[in-house]
Amino acid sequence: MTPALITPVDLLIAAAVILACAVISRVLALNAGRAIVIAALRMTVQLLLIGNVLLFVFGQTSILLTFAVLVVILCAATFEAGNRQTTRMARRWHFSIAGFSILCGAALATSTGFFTSLCPHPLFAARATIPMAGLIIGNVMNATSLTLNSLLSSVTRERGAIEARISLGATRLKALEDPILKALRTALIPTLNQMSAAGLVTLPGIMTGQLLAGMSPVSASRYQIVLMSLVIFGNLAGATIAATLTTLHLTDHRGRLRLDRLRP
Amino acid sequence: MSTQPGLVATDLRSSRVGPVTLHVRPGECLAITGPSGSGKSLLLRLLADLDPHTGRVTLDDTDAQSIPGHVWRERVAYFPAEPGWWSEQACDHVADTGAARTLLGSVGLSERMLSSKIHTLSTGERQRLALVRGLLHKPKVLLLDEPTSALDPDSTALVEQMLAGLKRDGTIFILVSHNAAQTRRFADRHFTLRDGRLEEGDAP
Repeated sequence: MTPALITPVDLLIAAAVILACAVISRVLALNAGRAIVIAALRMTVQLLLIGNVLLFVFGQTSILLTFAVLVVILCAATFEAGNRQTTRMARRWHFSIAGFSILCGAALATSTGFFTSLCPHPLFAARATIPMAGLIIGNVMNATSLTLNSLLSSVTRERGAIEARISLGATRLKALEDPILKALRTALIPTLNQMSAAGLVTLPGIMTGQLLAGMSPVSASRYQIVLMSLVIFGNLAGATIAATLTTLHLTDHRGRLRLDRLRP
Repeated sequence: MSTQPGLVATDLRSSRVGPVTLHVRPGECLAITGPSGSGKSLLLRLLADLDPHTGRVTLDDTDAQSIPGHVWRERVAYFPAEPGWWSEQACDHVADTGAARTLLGSVGLSERMLSSKIHTLSTGERQRLALVRGLLHKPKVLLLDEPTSALDPDSTALVEQMLAGLKRDGTIFILVSHNAAQTRRFADRHFTLRDGRLEEGDAP
């Protein structure tokens, strides 16, 4: 089986579908038409750009070039995760925490993958490393972003409850225990949903791609199982690191709540 | 042996309050009054080490900075005018339900309250429950911010009676209250916070 080739006509049909969504949004007064068109344009430019960049990178054998692409992906993920926050920290600490958490979570999961059958041959071969690390970075980005969003809004909203615990002698980790656990659960929900529905409701993207590319369904399933396990591992690691760093930053060495470190 | 027993604050200050220097002895109550927004609550928070500050605070010669913050706050407990709640169930707020029952009775609350949900309690009931919750930790210093503002005269009398027992046993009190009659009844010394500084005066 040969992979399906997407012709310019197919791309025009895709554009028409996007425009139809924008029109429907306008008719229903959803006020999302502009956002749909902008997101579609952004997606088109980004994917065409990355397609051509990958075409070039895959043709090279430079490990440095592979790492350079991963650094660019990591920077973009850091910006996306930080930029999604409605409650922000002073001095852009939410970007630093997001970046470090994504880096650690993705590095842990990807390096674990390299000890399994997902290890590319040769080691760090761009064709295998970039898609796998990119997929894991994308997932860890979502988990980190959700963790920060939930924790920052909880801490602001539940200040009275947290300070009540601190006033009665609780350590900073004990005082923020509930918001931290809630943030971690929130971060894992999308991945857990994805894992629960995998195979029953949806076929995950990578598996679909491999099936379309002609891989055996059983092999594609096995690959997907290993990948999803790495994704939830990376997500949990990234979310935990983000929650810990945020808690440490919003409290001080005396165990006091420091909401003055949020942007007013 | 303690050279300066009690709570001592020396040159305590933050951006809005201070410098404040005071000494409250065991079994003594110091009342602080002043216009709204003068920083009375902030001063209590500084003594409990809940906000960043400079200066020195000691309790029976133990410097606040020489022990972890949470240990200090177990000894020097701040009771805000509007208490916060981290769980909807009243019983989740008390570590020792047996001891809580005794204290609840002494402030005129039924022990059935422990099975209630916080949002079903009146403001006055919540105020008394918050007091009981904090007293279970047996703090040596009580920093009370308008502790009976939502209570009727009978309930206020019960709370004052219970606090008077603790005072006799050596507990230190700093009371912020707009209730002049209460500060006259309960406090031994009276201060006014003006322009961030404490001025000692007569009972209001």
